[in-house]
Amino acid sequence: MAKNPEEEHPVKAFGWAARDSSGVLSPFHFSRRENGDDDVTVKIFYCGVCHSDLHVAKNEWGFTNYPIVPGHEIVGIVTKVGKQVQKFRVGDKVGVGVLVGSCKSCEGCQQDLENYCPQLVFTYNSIDCDGTKTYGGYSDVIVVHQRYVLRFPDNLPSDAGAPLLCAGITVYSPMKYYGMTEPGKHLGVAGLGGLGHVAVKFGKAFGLKVTVISGSQSKEVEAINRLGADSFLVTSDPAKMKAAIGTMDFIIDTISAVHPLLPLLSLLRLNGKLVTVGLPNKPLELPIFPLVLGRKLIGGSDAGGMKETQEMLDFCAKNNITADIELIKMDEINKAMERLAKSDVRYRFVIDVGNSLSHP
Amino acid sequence: MARKSPETEHPVTAVGWAARDSSGVLSPFNFSRRATGDEDVMFKVLFCGICHSDLHSIKNEWGFSTYPLVPGHEIVGVVTEVGSKVKNFKIGDKVGVGCMVGSCHSCDNCTNNLENYCPQVKLTYGSTYYDGTTTHGGYSDLMVANESFVIRMPDNLPLDAGAPLLCAGITVYSPLKYYGLDKPGMHVGVVGLGGLGHVAVKFAKAFGAKVTVISTSPNKKDEAIQHLGADSFLVSHDQDQMKAALGTMDGIIDTVSAVHPLLPLLGLLTTNGKLVMVGAPDKPLELPAFPLLMGRKTIGGSMIGGIKETQEMIDFAAKHNIKAEIEVIPIDYVNTAMERLLKADVRYRFVIDIANTLKAA
Repeated sequence: MAKNPEEEHPVKAFGWAARDSSGVLSPFHFSRRENGDDDVTVKIFYCGVCHSDLHVAKNEWGFTNYPIVPGHEIVGIVTKVGKQVQKFRVGDKVGVGVLVGSCKSCEGCQQDLENYCPQLVFTYNSIDCDGTKTYGGYSDVIVVHQRYVLRFPDNLPSDAGAPLLCAGITVYSPMKYYGMTEPGKHLGVAGLGGLGHVAVKFGKAFGLKVTVISGSQSKEVEAINRLGADSFLVTSDPAKMKAAIGTMDFIIDTISAVHPLLPLLSLLRLNGKLVTVGLPNKPLELPIFPLVLGRKLIGGSDAGGMKETQEMLDFCAKNNITADIELIKMDEINKAMERLAKSDVRYRFVIDVGNSLSHP
Repeated sequence: MARKSPETEHPVTAVGWAARDSSGVLSPFNFSRRATGDEDVMFKVLFCGICHSDLHSIKNEWGFSTYPLVPGHEIVGVVTEVGSKVKNFKIGDKVGVGCMVGSCHSCDNCTNNLENYCPQVKLTYGSTYYDGTTTHGGYSDLMVANESFVIRMPDNLPLDAGAPLLCAGITVYSPLKYYGLDKPGMHVGVVGLGGLGHVAVKFAKAFGAKVTVISTSPNKKDEAIQHLGADSFLVSHDQDQMKAALGTMDGIIDTVSAVHPLLPLLGLLTTNGKLVMVGAPDKPLELPAFPLLMGRKTIGGSMIGGIKETQEMIDFAAKHNIKAEIEVIPIDYVNTAMERLLKADVRYRFVIDIANTLKAA
C-alpha cells in the first residue's frame, strides 16, 4: 500500500504542490529520502518557473500524477554528502536541472546523453528507482544522486543563473548539436520567452547574426537594445516576412503553442535547419515540399546530458550570460503562473525559495 | 507576333510522344530540337525511364504543367554531334541526361555543385529555356543538352537498366550521403518499395548498411529479401512487428508520396535518428512534437542531386553493379504503363525502348 507523501521517506520536506488540473499550487508537506552514499542533500535557495511546470501542473500533456511539486531549475547549497561523493562538499553552491536519474548503462547514458535514456527519471512527476514519486524544486530541500548535481560557478548569480538549468541547456544543446556555432551564420529565434531570450544571448556569444521572430511588435525594442538581437521580424507583417525568405541558416523554435511551420521553413535558406524545443500538446502540421525543395530539416532536442549542462554553465560564467528574471515570493506563484500563460514576464520568474518558503 | 509551332521553332526535326492535356494521355508528337550549340551535346536517345514525376506532370497534379508536354528525365543514348567548345564528350560516347538541363552557374548553389537547388534551374521538360522555348524530355528520338548537364554512362553499366538511376538513383543516393546514412554497420529503413525504394535498398546495401524495407504490402517480402538483398521486412500495419522494431534504425528513406502517418516511422528511429523524405506528399503531415524531441530526431528532405554527385553516383553504381529492376516496353505501351504505374504495378521501373520502337513520323 502506498505510503502518504509525508511518511514515505524519513526526512521532512515542505513545498508547494498542484493537486489537480486546475494547476493551482498550495502548501504541501512531504518527505525526502535519507541521504544515501551517492547522494547530495541541497538546501534550495532559488527555483526558476519553467513553462513545463505550468504544462504539468495543468496536466496539459496528459501524464501528470497528482499531487506534483514542480520546479527543475534549482539552485542551492550542499548540506550533506554521502560517503561515495567526491565532487561536492558541504557548503558548495550547486544546481539541479531537469533529471535526477537514469539507467547509467544504456548507449545514451554512456555517451553523456542521460536526457535521452529510456529510463530517465525527471526531477518531478517521475517514478524514482525506489518506486516513489519525484518532487521538484518548489520546496525547501532536495536529495539527488551526485551524477545529476551540477557545480554552480561562483561568479554566476544564483537567482539569475537558475533558469539556465533548463532554459539554458534546452537551447545550448541543440545549438551545438545542429552546428549553430559557426560565427557569421544567421540564426532566427522564434518566440521571445524564457527559452528564446537565452537563445538570443547564446547566439550572440557564438558570433551569429540573430533575428528574433515574434508574433507581436511589442518586444522589438527590448530584443535589440537589451538582449542584443540584430533584427526583429514580426510574423504578421507580410512584406517583412517576404523580404526575409531564404535568409536564415537556422531557427530555434521555442514556441510552446501550436503554430504554423510553413512561414518558419520559408525563412530558411538551402540546407537550413529548424529546431523545435517547445512542446505543444497537439501535433504540428509539417509541409513536406519545402523540406524537399530546399533540403531543409526539422529536428527536435530535449534538454541536455549532465556533462553538457555543466559545460553550458561554465560557458555562461565565462561569458557573463544569465537569464533576465523577475524574482517572486513563493506565495505569488499562482499569479505568476497566470501571467506566464499569457507570456507576461520578462523573461523568467524565479522563486526566492530561501527567503519566502515558510512553513505554516 | 505569332509563336512558332513546336515543329518549326528549331531547325532539327524530332519526334516524341506528348501529353496534350491533363487527361495525361500521350500520343505521337512532331517537334524540333535546337541546333547543336558550341557547348551542346546532341545524342540519339536509346532508352528513357518512366518516373512517377512524369505521371504527376502529364496529369498536371502539381499545377504547373504546360501542354503539349513531352516527359522523360531518365534518358540515355549515344552522342551524334558535339559543339566546338565541348571538352568532355565525343561522337559515339554513351551518355545520359537526368532532371536538369540548365542553371544559372553563378549562385551559391551552382558554385557548390548543387545545381538542383538553383532558383533558376531548367528542368528537362516543362521549363522555359534561355531561348524562350519549352524544354521537351526523353520520350523522344533525340536530345540536345549543354555539356554541363550530360552524364557519362560507364561501359559496364547496361543502358536500359542504368537509365532510371538518372533520377531514381540520385534521388536516394544524395540524401543517404548528405544525412550521413552511408556508413557501414548502420541500420537504414526504406519506406515504399517502388522505383525509388528498390534502388535505395541496393545503394544502402552497397554502403554496408543493414536494410529493412517498410511496406504496406506483405507480398513484396520475398522479393525484397531474396532478390533485392534487404535484411528484413516490416509490414507497416502489423503492430507487433512495428513494436519489435522500435528505436532500431539510424535512418529511414521515405519514398512514399501519398499522405501517411509520421509517428510510426519516428518510433522506429534510434536517438539522433533521421527520417528523410524524398517523396513529397502534397498535403502537410501531422508532426507530433514529443517523439521528435525525446530522441533528438530529425525529419529532412532532399531533391535529386547536383551534376557532380549524379556522375559520382553513376560511377559508384557501375563499380558496385547496381542497376534498376526494369520492365522494358515499346513506346506505344506508354499509356498502359502509366495506368499500371498509378497502381504501383511494376517491378520496379518501366523503361521505354526508344531506339527500337519510336519511329519517325
